[in-house]
Amino acid sequence: MLSQQAIISLLTKMGDDALIIGHRNSEWTGLGPIMEEDIAFSSMAQDKIGHAWALYRVMQEHLGGQDPDQFAFMRAEKEMRSCHFVELPIGEYDFSLMRHFLFDHAEAVRYESLENTAFEPLQPFAKKFKGEIKYHLLHADEWVLQLSRGSEESYARMQQALLHCMPLALGIFETSKAHEQTLIDEKIYPGEQALQARWLDRIYPVLSKAGLNLPGIESFTPVYGGREGYHTAYLQPLLDEMSSVFKLDPTATW
Amino acid sequence: MHTTEEVYDALQSVMDPEIPVLSVVDLGMITAVDINSDGILVKMIPTFAACPAVQYIQRNIQTALEEKFSVAITVIIDQETLWSTSRLAPGAKDKLEQFGIAAPQVVDGKAYNEILLQTPCPHCGSKNTYLRSPFGSTLCRAIHYCKDCSNVFEQFKPVE
Repeated sequence: MLSQQAIISLLTKMGDDALIIGHRNSEWTGLGPIMEEDIAFSSMAQDKIGHAWALYRVMQEHLGGQDPDQFAFMRAEKEMRSCHFVELPIGEYDFSLMRHFLFDHAEAVRYESLENTAFEPLQPFAKKFKGEIKYHLLHADEWVLQLSRGSEESYARMQQALLHCMPLALGIFETSKAHEQTLIDEKIYPGEQALQARWLDRIYPVLSKAGLNLPGIESFTPVYGGREGYHTAYLQPLLDEMSSVFKLDPTATW
Repeated sequence: MHTTEEVYDALQSVMDPEIPVLSVVDLGMITAVDINSDGILVKMIPTFAACPAVQYIQRNIQTALEEKFSVAITVIIDQETLWSTSRLAPGAKDKLEQFGIAAPQVVDGKAYNEILLQTPCPHCGSKNTYLRSPFGSTLCRAIHYCKDCSNVFEQFKPVE
């Protein structure tokens, strides 16, 4: 018998990251620098929110969880398990693009590792999401390369965005004090440390092709807290906004 | 008692709302048809996990079958089967291209960005094309540009 609480903690943080980054990405709708980018961020937003919904649904069907919409929109800020990285406003395009690059590679290694998870109901979703995220990576890698090779200014912005994002991106891999070892022992997933190492192996080649300089990761202090319910000041206003329509009538059917 | 063939025939009239030349059968969205004394059970899957049209399509299937057959109709989402490009019916590629959308190119069941660079243009057939964006007007489409006939065109993207 697998530890349900441990699996719930894993699926909740994954779903919350996808839900929040999805809502952030959707803020580019109508504002993208060119039409294709507007469409790209909007499409990725739709994918992420769909992934969050599916993960919440797995918890509902197999782990005694709530209705996905209720779970997404009715929880208090303190109950959310998203990392700080996904909560930050979209900022300028360099930040959003670098966040997309670092976050999506992290998601890709995570879903790859879950294709054979001991928690079987998750396996088909891990496979499905991996196939969809491939297009997110195609997009992210291409633009990181193009902008890093563009002009002096675009290169400088990408380099600065990378240094700014790294401590936050390392926060994706914050371990769960209560459940990490259980999840590894029960072969649910390989653990955050292993995922972080695989992630670095994925992003290094692209960054080096782009000519961007990534200092050793020991020089960064990871931004932790989100997985324990401590969030940035940006999360509550976002939760208020994204749940405002739902909260008008939480029992309405759509 | 109705036959599975009759049900599939009826399903051929239920078109995808985003690609109206392809039926749910052409798209490989139907995973099972079960006929028993309780009525007809149809299992279906979405192409993309976040496809916003799933419930709409589910309702369309329900309505189409109810019009045709006077037994109870149940349409459910199949949780076990995953959609991939290989589920497209044999005739789907031609129908897509006649509609002006390039069909997904698949080599050994896999799609890579190199393949996305030489997607044949549905207007002039040239392979001198490049991917402009992996995201198009719907989740299942990408945008390409043809350097020979200078047209922007969409492709039904390959998914493993």
